[in-house]
Amino acid sequence: MDPQVIIIGAGIAGLTAAGALAEKGHHVLILEKEAQPGGHVAQWDRLFPSRRPGSEVLDHIRKIMDGRVEIKPGIRINGIIAHDQDFTVLTEEGTSYTGQALLIASGFRLFQAERKEEYGYGIYDNVITSAEVETVFKQGKKLLTSKGTLPQRVALIHCVGSRDEKVGNLYCSKVCCVTGVKQAIEIKEQLPQCEVFSFYMDMRMYDRHFEELYFEAQKQWGVQFIRGRLSECSEAPDQSLIIKTEDTLTGRPLRMIVDLVILLVGFVPEPETGKLVEMLGLSTGEDGFILPSDEHYNDNLTTVPGVFLAGAVKGPATISNTIADARAAALQIDSWLKTKP
Amino acid sequence: MINFNFFVLPFTLGLIYVFLAVGKSWYRWIAALPAIDKVKLTNGLKHPGKIAAALREIFLESLIHRKMWKQNPLLGYMHMSFALGWFLLIILGNIESRYYSGTHLNAPYYPIFLKFFIHDKLVLFFEVYSVPFLFRFFMDFLLIFILSGLVLAFLKRKQSKWFGMKKTTSHHFTDRVAITTLWLIFPMRLLAESYTAGYYGNGGGFMTQPLGNFLVSLTPLPSDFVAYTMWWCYSLVLGIFFVMLPYSRYMHIPTEILLIFFRHCGIQPKKWYSSFSETEVQSCSRCGVCLDDCPMIAAGIQDSQAVYFISGVRDRYVPEEISQKCLVCGRCQEVCPVGISTDSLRLIKRREITSGQASDFRYLTNGHSGKGDVVYFSGCMTHLTPTIILAMKGILTRAGIDFIHLDADGSVCCGRPLMIAGKDRQANELIEFNKTLIRQTQARMLVTSCPICYRVFREEYNLPIRIQHHSQFLLNLIKTGKIPLQGHFSKVAYHDPCDLGRGTKTYEAPRELIGKVADLVNVREEREKAHCCGGSLGMFEASNSQRNLMTKAALDILVENQPETIATSCPLCKKTLGRHASMAVKDIAELVYEAIPRE
Repeated sequence: MDPQVIIIGAGIAGLTAAGALAEKGHHVLILEKEAQPGGHVAQWDRLFPSRRPGSEVLDHIRKIMDGRVEIKPGIRINGIIAHDQDFTVLTEEGTSYTGQALLIASGFRLFQAERKEEYGYGIYDNVITSAEVETVFKQGKKLLTSKGTLPQRVALIHCVGSRDEKVGNLYCSKVCCVTGVKQAIEIKEQLPQCEVFSFYMDMRMYDRHFEELYFEAQKQWGVQFIRGRLSECSEAPDQSLIIKTEDTLTGRPLRMIVDLVILLVGFVPEPETGKLVEMLGLSTGEDGFILPSDEHYNDNLTTVPGVFLAGAVKGPATISNTIADARAAALQIDSWLKTKP
Repeated sequence: MINFNFFVLPFTLGLIYVFLAVGKSWYRWIAALPAIDKVKLTNGLKHPGKIAAALREIFLESLIHRKMWKQNPLLGYMHMSFALGWFLLIILGNIESRYYSGTHLNAPYYPIFLKFFIHDKLVLFFEVYSVPFLFRFFMDFLLIFILSGLVLAFLKRKQSKWFGMKKTTSHHFTDRVAITTLWLIFPMRLLAESYTAGYYGNGGGFMTQPLGNFLVSLTPLPSDFVAYTMWWCYSLVLGIFFVMLPYSRYMHIPTEILLIFFRHCGIQPKKWYSSFSETEVQSCSRCGVCLDDCPMIAAGIQDSQAVYFISGVRDRYVPEEISQKCLVCGRCQEVCPVGISTDSLRLIKRREITSGQASDFRYLTNGHSGKGDVVYFSGCMTHLTPTIILAMKGILTRAGIDFIHLDADGSVCCGRPLMIAGKDRQANELIEFNKTLIRQTQARMLVTSCPICYRVFREEYNLPIRIQHHSQFLLNLIKTGKIPLQGHFSKVAYHDPCDLGRGTKTYEAPRELIGKVADLVNVREEREKAHCCGGSLGMFEASNSQRNLMTKAALDILVENQPETIATSCPLCKKTLGRHASMAVKDIAELVYEAIPRE
């Protein structure tokens, strides 16, 4: 039997929407490009601001849908044909799937830090990304330098690939500020002797409990926040890193030697999603993320009837935002299927 | 016999006016030259070789329009037909008038309106090949020559593409009046001469006579009256044109002659607005050749190209935005048929804008440098592309060079970015700081990876040691067998950085160097025609998306022959192109480093 709804992407947006639709009695199929469902959250250790394990949230979502939703992993889509009443998704493997509604929940990609060559990612071993820090924590390991020593000084760099006209990304990625604060605390928890510095443009602590976490980092953990954007990073002979910035609160150039630099990488549109946009004739904003048909009251709908959006395909979003958005999308799809001629 | 008629007055008065006005300007400019330039001018004018060279250039550029021909043959012909045609018409007209009057002392209007005064009849067979016949023949021929240019000029306004130009300049009111009268001069001459020849039934050449006969047969009004009216019109348009000339772009005609003499006497642009600058500005014919080749066109910027900027300088009003909206890439300077130093004029204006701005370099402490044979200065931009630094240090170590990396801990800026912004005073503080550091190293050579630094080291530092860009230095290392090479890249396209290419004319060393480690593919517009990557530090008024459009335009040309790698020799170009290229973009130092067998 053909599914009623085809969801592209088995991250938290796709999984949540699938669960909600299944609860309403719809037959749902999820197509996922990776071998495992779970998306980015599956790679993340603990979540801000509560620092509960990411797996807990993922397990909860999966519990709702398990057994009721079919997931096809390792799928590469190479065409979508829109008919009057339904959509046929063609894959590179030659299989095809037809459904009455299509939900695009294919998420985002992390900014490729190599593009900021001046920060030395991919060139210096001790420059890593926030995603790699999560991997270390998730594996229950200690955060170490490339030589395997305990870092004495760590610098967290905010806004890497976000709010940066030079890489073409003007937007704020929303989650990196608080992720930086969370990771700073976690590093201090793990390595109390280590000095942690955060280089920021401004701290965007907009959501519930964020500001409190920021205070905790300063008061309880002694994390030092320095307002200034990193200009460049170079390597000393002992593989420690020399970072240069300007402390814009004192107006002085600043130079510092640290053992580890962590780049808080932002969101960028997933290139695979770009193909879907072309196949369906959808439109994107200048930031490259998909535009809904109305950003205020129809933000799960697209200009193509039957094609819906959920989660970070529309731009950077937190996990709680994404879950709420996916539920809203499920409701929209449910009512669309019911009113369909 | 005195040949006079009242209609010659507009022309004569206009001519006197233009001579006085141009003479006054020439006098003013020469008088305002700095003392050193006056000496140069006086010495130059005593030197027959220099005068001959100047006259040769005036002939080739002002009359033949050689550079215009190179740009586009149709464009060259159009300009030549006007300039050379008119010039020859004046010369031949003068000889003709002497032949008829038997004296050298003719009123200036006499050769111009000769056909109004002279109507000799050629009837007999042998007279057909006489001197008057030849005069008539060649004068008609020259008139056709000029009129053909006029037709082209008219077409150019409608179909500029045929002339290799996508854009033509938009003009001011005075320019419009001047161009209208200029375009009317020769049709009026044609009509006046033809009607007169038609009325008398003789006196015309192979074109004016039959045309005159035909026109007279068509015109219901008395043809002597029509002919007389035409002479009035001819004289009037000439007179108006002459009066408008000093206030229009046609002032470039007399000014360019002076400019060519200035240049041949060794006078150069100054850092401030000198009377040499003024002659450059007034020499701009606003031909608009600089429009198409400007990289900003790709970004839809069409209001601040050299022609409009210079036009603003001439009108004593350049909005700050126009001065700042320029890559200072030097492309327009290369194509300018008059050879105006557009970049240096732009920087002069920027200096005026920023002269009052303060700076604070108190944080510059007295640094200490070590000693070495070669001092390597990577430069700020190279610090943003650390792979270039790693490659250079790797190569220098491998070649066993006793070098010191002067800005290992980050540089103090070389000063050029400030200079491009017009902040010379501030730049000099940095230059002095760096000079002290360089001196302390006691090195015999300075090598830099950044063309921006390289240019300012050469132009402003006055260092007593050799200065090389790393492309030259590495080439020499390879030639002297200091570094072994093994690997080879296939299909590399080379991008000329503005400051290295047009800035210091270093075109061959990077190509020869790439040739040692890769197969160089052709690029359609390269060397002096290379496009700016769009990342220029000289641009202060372009949005990021406009810069991206310029970068994409440059990349489109680089990838035409499907290279696998794009090579450049500037960290800023590398970074800028790398953002949009679908293939690897590498500095030539990286190519060399990768071609060295690993130990």
